[in-house]
This record gives sequence, structure tokens and C-alpha cells, in this order.
Amino acid sequence: MKLSRRNFLKLSGASVGSLLLDWTLSPTALAAGEGATFPLHKKVSEAATICPYCSCGCGLLIATGPDGHIINSEGDPENINNRGALDPKSISVRQLSQSPLRLRKPLYRAPGSDKFEEKDWDWIITEVARRIKATRDKTFEARNAAGVTVNRTTGLAFLGGAANNNEECYLASKLARALGIVYLEHQARI
Amino acid sequence: MTNHWVDLKNADYILIIGSNAAENHPASMTWVHKAQDERGAKVIVVDPRFTRTASQADLYAPIRSGTDIAFFGGLINYILENELYHKDYVVHYTNAANLIHPDFKTATDLDGLFSGFDPEKKSYDRTTWAYQTDAEGKPKRDETLQDPQCVFSLLRRQYSRYTLEVVSRITGCPQNKLKAVWDLYAQSGAPDKTGNIMYAMGQTQHTVGSQNVRAMAMVQLLLGNTGRPGGGVNALRGESNVQGSTDMALLAHIIPAYMAVPTSKEPDLKTYIESKTKPGGAWSGGYWTNGPKFITSLLKAWWGDHATKGNDFAYAYLPKVESAANHYWIALFEAMYAGQIEGLWILGQNPAVGGPNSRFERAALRKLKWMVVQEIFETETVDIWKEPGINPADVQTEVFVLPAADAMEKEGSIVTSGRLIQWRPKVAQAPGEARPDDEIIYLIGKKLQALYAADPGPFADPILHLTWDYGDPYNVENVAKEINGFYAADVTDDKGNVVGKKGTLLNSFGLLKDDGSTACGCWIYTGYYYPADDGTGRTMPATKRRGQKDPGGLGIYPYWAFAWPLNRRIIYNRCSADPDGKPWSEDKKLIWWDAAQKKWVGYDVPDFVVTKAPTDPGGRDPFIMRTDGKGGLFATMNEGPFPEHYEPLESPLPGNLLSSVRFNPVVKVWDTNKGQDIGDNVGTADQFPIVATTYRVCEHWQAGGMSRWIGWLTETQPNMFVELSQELAQAKGIKNGDKVRVRSARGSIEAVAIVTARFKPFTIDGKTVHHIGMPWHYGWGGLARGDSANVLTPHVGDGNTMIPEYKAFLVDIEKA
Repeated sequence: MKLSRRNFLKLSGASVGSLLLDWTLSPTALAAGEGATFPLHKKVSEAATICPYCSCGCGLLIATGPDGHIINSEGDPENINNRGALDPKSISVRQLSQSPLRLRKPLYRAPGSDKFEEKDWDWIITEVARRIKATRDKTFEARNAAGVTVNRTTGLAFLGGAANNNEECYLASKLARALGIVYLEHQARI
Repeated sequence: MTNHWVDLKNADYILIIGSNAAENHPASMTWVHKAQDERGAKVIVVDPRFTRTASQADLYAPIRSGTDIAFFGGLINYILENELYHKDYVVHYTNAANLIHPDFKTATDLDGLFSGFDPEKKSYDRTTWAYQTDAEGKPKRDETLQDPQCVFSLLRRQYSRYTLEVVSRITGCPQNKLKAVWDLYAQSGAPDKTGNIMYAMGQTQHTVGSQNVRAMAMVQLLLGNTGRPGGGVNALRGESNVQGSTDMALLAHIIPAYMAVPTSKEPDLKTYIESKTKPGGAWSGGYWTNGPKFITSLLKAWWGDHATKGNDFAYAYLPKVESAANHYWIALFEAMYAGQIEGLWILGQNPAVGGPNSRFERAALRKLKWMVVQEIFETETVDIWKEPGINPADVQTEVFVLPAADAMEKEGSIVTSGRLIQWRPKVAQAPGEARPDDEIIYLIGKKLQALYAADPGPFADPILHLTWDYGDPYNVENVAKEINGFYAADVTDDKGNVVGKKGTLLNSFGLLKDDGSTACGCWIYTGYYYPADDGTGRTMPATKRRGQKDPGGLGIYPYWAFAWPLNRRIIYNRCSADPDGKPWSEDKKLIWWDAAQKKWVGYDVPDFVVTKAPTDPGGRDPFIMRTDGKGGLFATMNEGPFPEHYEPLESPLPGNLLSSVRFNPVVKVWDTNKGQDIGDNVGTADQFPIVATTYRVCEHWQAGGMSRWIGWLTETQPNMFVELSQELAQAKGIKNGDKVRVRSARGSIEAVAIVTARFKPFTIDGKTVHHIGMPWHYGWGGLARGDSANVLTPHVGDGNTMIPEYKAFLVDIEKA
């Protein structure tokens, strides 16, 4: 196969060997070696972000095609935490984003059922909100046994958030408290 | 972390204990190596297993899982006996000189307990733990450190039993190794040197986890290492944003930015505030005296115009607990198992694999009436109703799965372990109909407001009045501004000039008020979204900055992103200067007192009142978040004011070699279904003679929800394994690569045996004790599959935080 830049990028994404290919056969090196350029018909966007795995906060440079799909990821040399270095997880974020196993549609599993059914967002948001309201209203304690105002529910629980953004955690924390949730926990406790 | 990642390069000594940083925080090693290569720093690794991190160490010492307090108690004793502590620091910056109540007794005096223990309540009356105070209420001090009731004398007394000989018998670490480690790390007590301690879940996931951390903090105070470049107590936090999710208080005991969750003993705002500002309360001194401004501004952020002086700023809208500990993870799952919890909402977490005593917690999940999961893959929690061996027809739980965007497919900020808040723009497109989690939460909140408007039900006001308008379409910047804080009304000065216009952002929590004129969702984040210079004259929200300037060359990088609080990179940094305000050494000059300018200046934002001179009252009290400004060598914890060694719930020893109290006396031990197949069972050494621990590998992530579905990572670490020593393998007839079965009192799992020299048998109190370890990432879902280590772990937690004891339990192993 003739190695055009686009073919090269496809190849490089095909296996872990891409790490080696990137090193030895970078498009720039090829271009320089052959004395030719390969103008791209599709625009490649590049942006800096932060790795979603451990708490080192390593900088990642992400290249995406016009459909918004990741075609390359590498370490951000300007990020003060990692100066361009990455581990096997952060180098794999392309597969995290584009795995064929990703959940793509809201799913519902009825009591006792042996399968998930695909649902639309309006249906599922409405049904979830109804379940939350029904349980909260049924289990709401305005006062405790001593008659003190406590405005809480022990029938609802909330878990999770350590892989989420601050703003997401903030919204979850705020809404959970407004609902009266006191069983509110996440990864930090375990 | 009190310090931050880049600062590791400034250390002269690095003690890594309870952390396998090379695998689990790989970027940290860049800076550890830099310290070794450029400063000649000495790296010590203490771990039951010879890890990849240990392979990078100058000195490695193995200790049995669950014996860290013995190790640190011995180190403290060694430092005191050999006078290796940093004397000026200890005298001026810690409470070593403070006199304690005349009736206080150490665990040396009372055979493993401190004064005030009530065996029926399993808790302490803390009357005798108080400081002696003078007529003005100030702590009495003896800066000669000679008074027998001063903290320093009590510390000597407490740890006098922790001799080299006893610590070696408990930990299984040979005496010469222990002494070498103690001797090397104690050298960081020299005033011109610093040492840092890096730790992770290997310290916290024990029934004495909080006291393990206390012990490290005490060592760092004695050696004068906290608040200085290359020093500090550095928790290597486990998730990309577990620091931020904790700051935002997704926990039962706090509301955002570390304010205690209201209890039924504080039915109104006045009582809530007074319970903290009263003498001896958490807000009675230091910076927390501003607490009333923080709580009022939080209530304003949440309930806006509905939070007024007239209605107690809507304080009644906050739920009140009887005791927060009733709602911690383990208690939560006990309540779920008992059928008390009807509905569960999960945001990106996989408790079916990650929770302790998995079979018990999975059974609890199947007792729910309904469950909502926001996820990116079909994890074991999503599929809880079809776990192998479970008939879906028997599971009545309704499951709602909301497909989420991953981190690159949405916008927002996360915090590193070093409190650095970095912004992530959206850089990729989410698959199918997947949506960002914040948008999903926003939509559910909007729908709930609509449902409650139509049919209010009991006390709908907190929901109907909740400020919940972040744009249409949703815009995360609106949330960021609320977290950052803004003026909720025009604020004027004495002359009536408007100094703050309603709606404008705040650049410091120093501007917050308790009169309702400011709103702030998380006070420690104030300034993170405020426009700031990136060092080149360009202005942008502080968290988005990428400036490269590093005045002083210590790796502070003040123009890169934003560190809470107030862009301060090393907290307690008043300690980086001596009592007179001069740097302890030229090469670690961070902030110092400039007598001409009459203020603190330097490379970092001073963690101190900037105009308070060293000679002013309180000018030598660097720990401003503590009521007395002194580092707590003596501090209040549920088990007592000093860490004391207790054995794990499951221990190979029949007793405790240091006292007759074997197990942490304040820990609650559940006994649901004890003796049944699935239950809170506890194993003993006669049936389960081998000590086991759990850990992670570089190629997988936590409960696997972000790694076991990924092809490349599956290729590198495809299956569940257990590591065991060559000696144990020989005794059990197990060969490398064999399938083995590991059993505990909770259940059994299969795994591939890795026979390795990384584990060695320990000699504990004269007897051989084998130790094994295994990763806890696996489950039945995804591409990389295997049995879950947490099937084996006990449903018991730490005496303060209730973090499960994942790191030390008993098992047996055999060829499958």
C-alpha cells in the first residue's frame, strides 16, 4: 500500500505499534524524505485537554477529523505536570472515545426482564424524574422522632462523580441536597 | 497534596508508602527522578510488595499490610530518642509546647487506650484531651518542652513502647532495614533539607486509615517538612477528579468546601454557626472564623432570591442528618441490603466491582426498586440483573441507563492531586446520542421542577426555589461562575460608592459576606473563573491559563491554570520561612518577610495575612486553618489524640504485641447474615492463614469502567491474577501460570498465579506469615474479564471515615 498521510494515520491507529510508527515514520519525516507534501482534503483539528485517568492532570494533545472523531493523541509538552509524557491509559483515549462498545442510546430494563430496550431521551428523563419524585415524596421526613425539622429522605441514594468535572459534581451535590438526599457518597469514601 | 506534582523535584528525601506511584501516578515519577538526578535525593519505598516504584528506590523496606502505625510510631520514637527533629519548627510551629489537661493519659499508661474511653459506647469522652488554658483562654505553653504534660513529653511517652525490636516483630521488617529507613528519612529534619511523603490508598484503606495519615502528618511536623518546597504530606489521589468531587462534597459528612453537613442538633442557621464558633469549635479561631460568610454565600448560590435574612437564608431547605456516619458507604449498603433504600442514582461509578464484600453489595443493589446509571460502557453495575448465576426474572429492579459523553466530549474543569484546577474544552464528538453528565443532571433537575410545580407533594420549596437556570441550551460557564462566586446585590463602601456590582465575579473569598450580598457555590474555588493574566498580558478565566513563567525556578508556575485556594501552590507556606520570616535555606526560598515593604513576598501566594509581621501577635502561627495556628502533633480523632497501633480486623496474630487491645476500639463491625453464605463474615488465621492485599496496575483503571472495554489496555493486562511468593507457591504446589482459587470468609475467586520474588514471606513475632496480593479491577463485563478481588474483602471501615479495609485481610490459596 502506498503510504499517503491519511493511510498512514489509519495504519497508525490500528495497533499499539503506532507508537513505534509515530517515532520512525512521522508524516513530517516522510514529507521531508520524499520532498513532497500531501495536502489534506479534510481538516484536522488539534486541541489541548487533560487526561481522564489518574490525578496527575497530564496534558493531552488531541487531533480530530471533521466528524469530531479522535485520530491521534499525544502528550502536551507545555503542560507543567507531565511535560509531554503519558502512560498506556492516556495514550489510549482514542479507543475510549471511539469504542464500538460505548453506550449510544438511553436504555430501560423493566422489572424481571431479561433485556434492555432502547428509549428516547424525553421518555427516559421524564421517567427518571417521576421515579425520583415518587420515592422522595413517599419517604420524605419533614421532622425526626423528636419533632425537629430535618427535611430529608432516606429512601433515595446517590453515588459517584470522581471521574466527573467539578461543574458536574457541583450540580449533582446541589440537586441531591435540594431533594433531601442524605445517602450521598462516592469513590472518595472507598 | 499540601504541595504539588512539580514540587516533588525539590525534595532531598522522598518516602513513598502505601503508594505504587510508578504504576498508578506515573507522571509523578518524572519529578521523583528529577529530584534523584539533579539534587541527589534519596527515595525510600515501604510496601509489602517489591513494586515498580520500589525498583526505582534507593532503599526498599517490606512491612506487613496493616502495620503502618507501628512503623511510624517507631520512626517517631527514633526521631525523639536521637534528637533528629527540627527544633525551631517544632517549638514555634506545632503544639508540642502546649500543656494538656492534667488527667490526660496516653495509650502507654492505659494499655492501648487513652483516657476517657467508654467501652459500651465504643467512643471517647474527650474532656481530658483539652489544652490547659490561661485566664484569657489561650493555651498554656512550655517552650522548653520539659513539662511532663506538654504535648512533646506525652508524645515521647506514647511512643516509648515502639522500639526497634517490637516494631520489627509486628511489621515483619528486619531490624537493620527498619533502622536504615528511619535513619535516612530522619535526615530530612536538618533545617536546610526537606523530605516529602507520598501516599495513596495503601495508607487510607485500613480500619486505622485516618490515624495512618495522622502519623505521617506528625512525622512531617517533627522533621519540619510541611509548608516547604520539597516537603509536605502528599496524598496521591485516586481518580482524575476525586479532589474536585470531594471539594464539591459528594459525601455524607460535608457540604461544598468542607463545611460540616447540618445535623438535627442545628435546626436553624444561628445554631449551626454557633455550634462552630463557640469556644473550642472548628470556627472559633484561624481562617475558619469566616465560616458564617461561606455558609451564607452557599445558601445564596443555591436558593438565590428565596434565601433572605428573614427566612434564615433558606437554611431549612438543607437536609439534616442525625449523624453523618449513618450514611457513609458501608452504612449505605447495609441500609440498601435491609431494603430501606428504594432508588439509587449513580454518576459514573461501578460499585458492583469497586465496593467491599462484592457479593453482599451486589445483592443489595438487586434489592433496589429502581436504579439510574449515567455511564459510558455497560458496566457490571449497569448489568447487575444479569450477573452470571443470577436469573434476571428474579431481579425486580428497574434500570435506567443514561449514555454519557466521556471527558473529551464535553467541557469543564478538573483538579489534580495538587489542587490545580485545569480546564478541559470539548475536543471530540460523543458517540450516538450520548450526552455530557452535567447536561443530563440539568435536564433531570428541570423536569423535577416541572413535576413539582404541577404537583408539589411534601415540602417542594427547596426544589421549586432552587437556582437552576444555566441557559437554554445549557452552558457550563454559568455553573463555573456560580461556583466561583459573584455579588448577589450591589455592595457599597462606607461612603455609598458601589464597590461591587450585582452579578460581577469575585476574585477572592476575602470578599464574601454573611449578609446575603454575595453568592458562592464553593468558597475555596473563588477566583478560578475570574479573568486573570497568563503572564504574557493576555487575560482569560484563571483556570484556562497556560502561562509558562516560573519565578524562582521552584516549579510554582503561577500563571498555569489556578490552584485552590487563591492560586496558592504550597499550603501552610509560612512554614517555608523561619520564625523571624527568613527562608530556612537559600535554595528553598519560597516566601519571606520583607521588612522594608512590611509584607510577605516571594514566589507563591502567602498562606498568611500578608501584612502580619513575624513579631506581631500570631506572626509565628502558620497553620491558619487551625484554631490555635499550630500544627497538631496532638489532635482530636475518634481513636485518640495520637495514633496507636491496632491490628486489622483480620490479622494473623492472636493479639497485639503493643497492648491488650487487638482491634481499633471505636470501629463499628456489622454482622448482617453472619455465618451465612452472603454476609458480614470475619475470617480467622486458623482457617485463613495468609495476609492479602489489593492494588492496581498501570494498564487498568479502578473498577475497570474506563479501561476494561478498551482493546489496547486489554491486550496488555487481559485477566485477573494473584501474586505470591516462590516459597508459598512451593508449599502449595502452585506453578507460575496455574489457575488458583483464593478464599476468604466472604467468598472465593479464581485467578492466574504469578509466582514472584516481589513477595517474600514475613517473619511476624517469630512465625512465618505469607503475604499475597492482587489487582481489584476485574469483573464479568467488558473485554478484560475476571473475578473481582472485592468478593474477598470485608465490610468494615476506618474509625473516622469508614473507608473500607481493602488493604489487609486474610485468605487461603490453593490450586484450582
